[in-house]
Amino acid sequence: MTPDSAPILTAHRAGLLGCRSCGRVWPEGQETCDRCGADLVPPDRRGLQKVWAWWAAGLIMYVPANLFPMMRTQTFAGLQGSSEATILEGVVELMHYGNYDIAIIVFVASVIVPMAKFLAIAWLARVAGRPATVEQAHTRLKIYEVVEFIGRWSMIDVFVVAILSALVQLGFVASIHPGPAAVSFALSVAFTMLSAQSFDPRLIWRGLPLRSRTGTEGQD
Amino acid sequence: MDAQDSFDLTTGRGLMACPRCDALHVEEELDPGETATCIRCGGVLAKPRGGAFTQLIALSFTTVVLMMGAIFFPFLEISRMGFGNATSLFGVGMAFADGVLLPLVLAVMMMIVGLPVLRAFLLVYTLTPLAQGRAPYRHAARAFRWSELLRPWSMAEIFVIGTAVALVKVAGLATVHLGPAFWAFCALILVNLASRGFMCQTTIWDAIEDAGLHTDGREMVQGRVS
Repeated sequence: MTPDSAPILTAHRAGLLGCRSCGRVWPEGQETCDRCGADLVPPDRRGLQKVWAWWAAGLIMYVPANLFPMMRTQTFAGLQGSSEATILEGVVELMHYGNYDIAIIVFVASVIVPMAKFLAIAWLARVAGRPATVEQAHTRLKIYEVVEFIGRWSMIDVFVVAILSALVQLGFVASIHPGPAAVSFALSVAFTMLSAQSFDPRLIWRGLPLRSRTGTEGQD
Repeated sequence: MDAQDSFDLTTGRGLMACPRCDALHVEEELDPGETATCIRCGGVLAKPRGGAFTQLIALSFTTVVLMMGAIFFPFLEISRMGFGNATSLFGVGMAFADGVLLPLVLAVMMMIVGLPVLRAFLLVYTLTPLAQGRAPYRHAARAFRWSELLRPWSMAEIFVIGTAVALVKVAGLATVHLGPAFWAFCALILVNLASRGFMCQTTIWDAIEDAGLHTDGREMVQGRVS
């Protein structure tokens, strides 16, 4: 019996409720897990409201994060000019100095990854609980795991701004100050992380057919 | 699995649901070194390691010691044309200490220092009595649950990569000296990785439960199964 050919008994189908925090199983209707104290939530689409709420908050915060400057660089007390750079301008500047590898890292970490995260969470929340094949479910779970893993790494940008602003304080020669985008970017990352955490991966498996099409008779 | 009464489909006793896909499993005692994976999604359900509790306690203490070093030693130093500036970890946090950015000070300090230390203390609090085979302290379950909840928000390793990026950006502008705090943070990554290798949530939850908290007699059933 391979996992892909036969339906698998889930806690939900058995009329039970699994704890997402510690894995302990309780009868349906119980509200909190007696072992770890976490709230027990049934795997249904109602939980997606939370995902969408955090998702929207993250997306809203992502707009000012790109429009406002991330940091302000001042050289020679502003005589040589002071420049304000948004995220994209920062990437362009890095490329201008020939740091292509770092430019790519920053571009991927602060532009590609957030965008891909928004798209991936939205897609996961759209298709969650809809009919799917086992292969599709595996793909969706993989995508969810990647999103969950990668989410926190976007915080890199905020740390870079903090380190640079603390370090580059050379008075007359050069100084760097953080810009308002840093705070909205940090919030956007945090909200997206919360959105991904609110997503219940068990929903991915809810849409699987109860019996496989090849005529396997149902299980216990 | 052979014992008929090792699990109960009406109360959920002796069963475990995969947190990722909800597939039901019958709980069995694993030997140290064995790994249990979910039959449906393949996720790791449990991977007990011999002496893991002691190792985790030791690694938590290491985290705290390294973090103390990281706080009090200089972090980075730059100089150019006779102008120089050094910063500590607090300096990095305080970089946001003006105007609308003020809340970020707290957030950054929590993410790079506060939460790693807090998690280390929570883990020591949970595991010390368990490693000695005694009953867990009060609220051990809550302490461990919080430690797990805070895991994604403790970002020391991300901070180190951020430092690397910042160093490359500064390299053209001035000369940079790395302080002991920087190396302490690099060591923290290794400690983190080692800690992750020994961490098995399922085993710790079972230990908390079997050592006297919220018990329902299941530990005797497990004894019969193993």
